[in-house]
Amino acid sequence: MIEVLIFATLNGLVTGLLLFMLASGLTLIFSMMGVLNFAHSSFYMLGAYFAYSISLYIGFWPALIFAPIIVGLLGALVERYGLRKVHKSGHVAELVFTFGLAFLIEEGVQFFWGRATKDYRSPDILDFPLFTLFGQDFPAYKAFMIFISIGIFIGLYLLLTRSRIGIIIQAAISHPNTVNNLGHNVPLIFMAVFGVGSALAGLAGVIAGPVLTTFPGMAAVLGSIVFVIVVIGGLGSLPGALVASLMIGLLQSYAIASDVGMSDLLDLIGVSFERDHMLNDIWSLSLPQVAPILPYLLLVLVLIFRPSGLFGKRES
Amino acid sequence: MNTSKIFTHFVQKISHTFVFASLAISTLSVAQEPIRIAYIDPQSGTFASQGESGYLQADFAADYFVNSKGGLLNGRQLEVTAFDNKNSATDSQLQLQRAISEGIQIVLTGNSSAVASALSTAIGRHNRRNPDQRVLLLNHAAVDPALTEEDCNFWHFRFDAHSDMKMQAMTDHIAMNPNITKVYIIGQDYSFGKSVADAAVDMLKEKRPDIQIVGNELHPIGQVKDFTPYVTKIVSSGANAIITGNWGADMVALGRGIIDAGLQVPIYTFYAAYDGITATLGSAGKDLIHLAHNDSANIDIAPVRLAYTQAFKAKYPHKDVTEPRIANIIMMLAAAIEESQSADPYDIALALEDMHFTTFSGEEIWMRPDDHQIIQDVHVSVHTDENIVIDADNSGFGFRTEFTLPAEKAAMATSCQMTRPKQ
Repeated sequence: MIEVLIFATLNGLVTGLLLFMLASGLTLIFSMMGVLNFAHSSFYMLGAYFAYSISLYIGFWPALIFAPIIVGLLGALVERYGLRKVHKSGHVAELVFTFGLAFLIEEGVQFFWGRATKDYRSPDILDFPLFTLFGQDFPAYKAFMIFISIGIFIGLYLLLTRSRIGIIIQAAISHPNTVNNLGHNVPLIFMAVFGVGSALAGLAGVIAGPVLTTFPGMAAVLGSIVFVIVVIGGLGSLPGALVASLMIGLLQSYAIASDVGMSDLLDLIGVSFERDHMLNDIWSLSLPQVAPILPYLLLVLVLIFRPSGLFGKRES
Repeated sequence: MNTSKIFTHFVQKISHTFVFASLAISTLSVAQEPIRIAYIDPQSGTFASQGESGYLQADFAADYFVNSKGGLLNGRQLEVTAFDNKNSATDSQLQLQRAISEGIQIVLTGNSSAVASALSTAIGRHNRRNPDQRVLLLNHAAVDPALTEEDCNFWHFRFDAHSDMKMQAMTDHIAMNPNITKVYIIGQDYSFGKSVADAAVDMLKEKRPDIQIVGNELHPIGQVKDFTPYVTKIVSSGANAIITGNWGADMVALGRGIIDAGLQVPIYTFYAAYDGITATLGSAGKDLIHLAHNDSANIDIAPVRLAYTQAFKAKYPHKDVTEPRIANIIMMLAAAIEESQSADPYDIALALEDMHFTTFSGEEIWMRPDDHQIIQDVHVSVHTDENIVIDADNSGFGFRTEFTLPAEKAAMATSCQMTRPKQ
């Protein structure tokens, strides 16, 4: 039992931190521009595919540097020549624009790389078990993922709270007009934030691609859960995104690892049903089976009891 | 007066020529109007790569076996059109309506049993209401037994062994291995995943009562990002064999997770091959991944089969013949159309049922008339790079058959009570 708990915690950490890398960019972009970027997880997918292609020629490590940069530049271009133009027509137009962009990127990926799963592997140097516990390996690559994600969080946090740029960004979030009047180039800041946010998503793709497999559906699988995290953590809050990501990562991991189900619950209160009962499908539901919908359940609860999210400041 | 008469005559003559010409054109167009097949499977989303592969094979087989040899019924071509159902039953029904409105009367599907079941029901209903525009459903891969058991339908023909048949072969193979004492079952949470789990439990209990089922898990289809938490449970259960019905992205991720965790146990699967899966599992999956399938793999490959595969690879170098049964479907359909001298679904259905056919690999297969289920050999093969002629994903790795359950043993009794339409 203890080994299940340990590995469930580690797994939860890996998933949670990966989700955080996506959510951090999304929440930053949202707090600056007030627009939910539906194409955010598409940038994550682009990161994985770029890294795959780059790693074929010059290896994984250069890909780790270049792929996020390319994705970031793409993101900045999208902001400069797409979103900024659409911005004049209001938030709905922006929303629809990013929604369309997500489809466009998915089709583009299928067009250039095909629909089959890509054989994108972790580098050989990290291809060993870091430790073996109770007969189960913990791959070194996963530790590397944890390391990178934590590094990103610390870096981002310091940048936003300690640096001049961070202070301007924070000011631009709450008082864009004042910042503009003070002589700062707010559109440029927007573009930079969008670019950095996309680059973070791209980086998440680079490191997740080898583990979660690189295929055209990878954006869709992660897309909705990232929104859930951003909402639960509180729109625009970086610590909120971290806490919510870890919470959801661990919640899912523990739920899957657990072996309790509806029938155990019913046993507790002394009720049992026949196997051929009409609603047997409901009585026999187990926690692992419903694990993937738990984040959405949490989302509903948070929206009911704390609509601004765990760390959110704004009320609207 | 006279001139006007000549003019009228002239006009009549011209109009006659036109009528004659248009008649000639219309007879010509009837002769050459293609027989169309609607291929309804995912062409986008998580399972797009499976849908695309299936479509390319159906299209290629139609050209290779039919169109290049002069077509059917004096020159009618067989034309396959892909309809994207996004792996959703609802979208499939919409696409079915679209296909019907385009005048298509043959539907090919298979990637999901949930979809096949929805289409089977919808087509059954459509055919009752529109007896003059009926539709035939050819199933290349949806293997939920229910489709030819309690939900069987005259208009539905299955060309793959259903999951219980495959499970027979799989459990026979497991039963032969005395090292296997603990089995973990994991699958996607829908009709097919559930029926795989039930069959595995029942058959193992019967064949090897000493084998313990140490886990029986269902996860949502196409929703799991990371299988590591599941793999943790598998490892701690002490399982020394795994059975899964997973396919597509769910299969790659699960296989990858198991191998990454360093678990060296045989994994029995239905679909752990091709479309990037073989390349991704690569050397790590060698001798571990097993597959139950039709058409023997890399054992005495028949020349026709090899030539077909090479021709396909020449046209699509990055694709594989993932489902040889799709070629069977096209050839049997063509045979049925020629035999009945008709492209009407009812006539084709009558010719198809009870058809005996020799595949391009030389296997004898039979469409059982009672439930429209193909009866064929079921093979269990292992993922390896030794003695591989036809590999997958150009990876050097492929499957090699280790065990064959002959058709007569694989054929299970059916409970199908088919209602036959009156002609």
